[in-house]
Amino acid sequence: MSDIAPLSFQDLILTLHDYWGKQGCAILQPYDMEMGAGTFHTATTLRALGPDPWNAAFVQPSRRPTDGRYGENPNRLGAYYQYQVILKPSPPDLQDLYLGSLKAIGIDPLLHDIRFVEDDWESPTLGAWGLGWEVWCDGMEVTQFTYFQQMGGFDCKPVSGELTYGLERLAMYIQNKDSIFDLAYNNATADRPAITYGDVFRENERQMSTYHFEVADTDMLFDAFKKATAECESCLARSLPIPAYEQAIKASHIFNILQARGVISVQERASYMGRVRDLAKGSCQAWMEKNGWTA
Amino acid sequence: MTDFLLELRSEEIPARMQVKAKEDLARLFNDALAKAGLAAASVETFATPRRLALIATGLPLATDAVSEETKGPKVGAPPQAMEGFLRKAGLTQDQLIERDGVYFAVVEKAGRQTADVLAEAIPAIIRAFPWPKSQRWGAGSASTESLRWVRPLQGIVAILGDDVVPCEIEGIVSGTATMGHRFHHSGPVTIGNAGDYAEKLRDAHVLVHFSERCALIRDGAKAAAAAAGLTLVADEGLVVENAGLTEWPVPMLGRFDPAFLEVPQEVIQLTARVNQKYFVCHDSAGKLANAFVCTANIAAHDGGAAIVAGNEKVLAARLSDAKFFWEQDLKVALDDQATKLTQITFHEKLGSVADKVERVARLARWLVEEGILGPCSPAQAGAQPANNDSSDKVLDPGLRRGTQELADQAERAARLCKADLVTGMVGEFPELQGLMGGYYARAQGETDAVADAVRDHYKPVGQGDEVPTAPVTVAVSLADKLDTLAQFFAAGMPPTGSKDPFALRRAAIGFLSLLLQNDLRCSLKDMLLATGAGNSFDSLEEFLVDRLKVQQREAGVRHDLIDAVFSLGGEDDLVRLLARVKALQAYITTAEGANLLAAYKRAANILKAADGVDAAAPAPADLVAEERALLTALDTAAPNAAAAVDAEDFEGAMAALASLRAPIDAFFDGVMVNDEDPAKRAFRLGLLARFRDAVTQVADFSKVEG
Repeated sequence: MSDIAPLSFQDLILTLHDYWGKQGCAILQPYDMEMGAGTFHTATTLRALGPDPWNAAFVQPSRRPTDGRYGENPNRLGAYYQYQVILKPSPPDLQDLYLGSLKAIGIDPLLHDIRFVEDDWESPTLGAWGLGWEVWCDGMEVTQFTYFQQMGGFDCKPVSGELTYGLERLAMYIQNKDSIFDLAYNNATADRPAITYGDVFRENERQMSTYHFEVADTDMLFDAFKKATAECESCLARSLPIPAYEQAIKASHIFNILQARGVISVQERASYMGRVRDLAKGSCQAWMEKNGWTA
Repeated sequence: MTDFLLELRSEEIPARMQVKAKEDLARLFNDALAKAGLAAASVETFATPRRLALIATGLPLATDAVSEETKGPKVGAPPQAMEGFLRKAGLTQDQLIERDGVYFAVVEKAGRQTADVLAEAIPAIIRAFPWPKSQRWGAGSASTESLRWVRPLQGIVAILGDDVVPCEIEGIVSGTATMGHRFHHSGPVTIGNAGDYAEKLRDAHVLVHFSERCALIRDGAKAAAAAAGLTLVADEGLVVENAGLTEWPVPMLGRFDPAFLEVPQEVIQLTARVNQKYFVCHDSAGKLANAFVCTANIAAHDGGAAIVAGNEKVLAARLSDAKFFWEQDLKVALDDQATKLTQITFHEKLGSVADKVERVARLARWLVEEGILGPCSPAQAGAQPANNDSSDKVLDPGLRRGTQELADQAERAARLCKADLVTGMVGEFPELQGLMGGYYARAQGETDAVADAVRDHYKPVGQGDEVPTAPVTVAVSLADKLDTLAQFFAAGMPPTGSKDPFALRRAAIGFLSLLLQNDLRCSLKDMLLATGAGNSFDSLEEFLVDRLKVQQREAGVRHDLIDAVFSLGGEDDLVRLLARVKALQAYITTAEGANLLAAYKRAANILKAADGVDAAAPAPADLVAEERALLTALDTAAPNAAAAVDAEDFEGAMAALASLRAPIDAFFDGVMVNDEDPAKRAFRLGLLARFRDAVTQVADFSKVEG
């Protein structure tokens, strides 16, 4: 790697916060709900709509129950961390700003092969899509780079630029580790030893995998899905897009657990996703209306 | 004369779009020139991930003055017509020219500066550019009407001779500055003219010629493999894709743990190629080696050691995933996997994949037991139609045992053939369906015949794909396609127009190829009824004959002749049908065949005009020689043709028809059919009817074109 000591997992986050903070991004906190990706954060979904400028960066814990591997697979996790940056409107030098962030975390583009490889992003559950790339570093996908074209079925006016860094992957790359669980979470001091990513999260992976694949009460979840749907609709009836959207996030996560439990058949899958999409779209529409924006 | 350079610089253009984009740019540019009355001596286009460019040579500096004449109303036309014409032309009546009683508007157009033409054309080309997908970006995207490009457009270089062609689109102003390689060159690169474009960029680590990058990758990858004592597996698709991902391509060899070679090599090749865009290599024995070639976009400080190490790590992670799936899948018997197929819907109206498997297994066994597929291939056995009299089969106990064994294998293979759909590997790499099933079947000790059938039962996939010939494979493949076709047609879901969501056209072509290539003899109707999908398959039979026409077009078989044989009805053994068509085509394209066809058409016309034709009308006492000759010829030819058709001697049938040619010609030359004597007329019409019927035993000549 480069001459400087590789960043620990937490220093990676702090360095990105510092970098994007200096670029004028508001450094936000994670959304305090279970969700599958940073894109679900209202700072992305709702703020991508409407004409107002918006620049923010945040870490979002992302839960993917079906990706859980009981902490046994060195490359897969049921819960991980995304670093998300959203800049609206997308600035003309967004690629350069992004490359600047890679340099800040210690990746030298004359030593490592950085490439923008076509990858168009689509979220069927959010009714959203955009064009962009997956960014490769020596063949490893480290970031999703997207120009949002639509969100919740509405054209983005103006377009936001969205960057999603896979923090664990990036850290494995920077620290040259073969297993996520061996990542240095922090650095040792004279008094206190360093801890690894595995020290912090491995047991979570084990227990949550068992829960998601074997234990979760599916009747309760089907019921909760229904209730979240109803709650979302009642909020929409009262023109409350934010609480409505929170119920959409909840429904989406419940659906993901049901998927992990293997109780949703292939045929039913599309219909569940369609229901979540309707909730998310309804929330986006209510948000547009509340703000007085037209499609 | 002068040269022109246009460069449209953007953020990274998807690799797969670059070749087509070059063509589109040349086309739009040439069209714009032509519209202005200009033409270039040559137009060359360039594409890299970050730019699309064009150099036109030999452009005139200005267009010629032209005089455009538009025809107007006649002298004395209604005033409204004249007013409309004048408004459109922007002229007054005294400015028109009158010639031969018609008014003409003549507009003298002065020559235009080529630079002005280009300044207008550039924004128009950009706005009209047909990217497969395009986007909005930046502050301008507050309006959905804002400029769209494949990715954000960043700069325009437009130089005619040594001068900038000034133009602007959405705040992007044309100039002489471009950018070099993203990492190897900082700051702008100033272009002087079209002549120094490629060299200036080469100095800035950008190779603008697509073909040069392709050659570098092709040769460099080969050399990298050779330097390690290996042979590169050539892959032109990868060459082009990597050329579309790099401005300064540097192929480098990396290695992976040889332990991964336990995984089937197709899996390794697929993940290397599709996920990572790497080439793979063979060792001196022609086996897959534990090496790959990646193509970097930089000449790294350290000679690429870090890049190779990084890529090796990525591939290792992917291969360990693949190895995990391989090992997990091997632990589960395919029979157990197959039970999970009840969970997968084949189609909501047609049940689960498990239901389909059950049907295919039954059908595959039936195909063998009916003798449509024999223990030895029909070609070896001497092709004979399936005999419905089962007593024949009882005669040879050895053959019967062979048939039972083959039927068992076909059913077994059919029961396993879809089981790999629920394996981890096929879940990850759907394109490996069939292939993985073959590996897993062999690993659990199935016979080669069964494992091969599982592997190859999707074949042939469309026209031109390899057609299986192994009996077990043919049985399963045929049964699979037959079931799909019959089920979808019986459920009322045939392809319509351009919509063929269940790929039934492809299934039909596969079905036909299997039948014809393997010379499989059977009534189509019997096969369709055996699917159990329904009782009547008229529309599917017609669909298959239509597909047969498409399939045979390449081989030069005439579609009208297929109709001529098929429309006789009763001929639904497609192998025999095609043999018949081919014999017919061979004959009908000779001068003699053409004459016979002409005589047939003449006879048919006369018969159509007549009413009350009786083929058995009695012969009058005074037959003329031509009548007698035709009668004699018919008495021999009609039964001969029928017998030859029965014996599948279609050349013989044609020969029988050929014997009618001279008598019928002579008959038409020497005899008046519509004689005044009603008895004579009735007999002659009867003769023509017998002639028509004789010919129609072989083919319905009314369907033959020409």
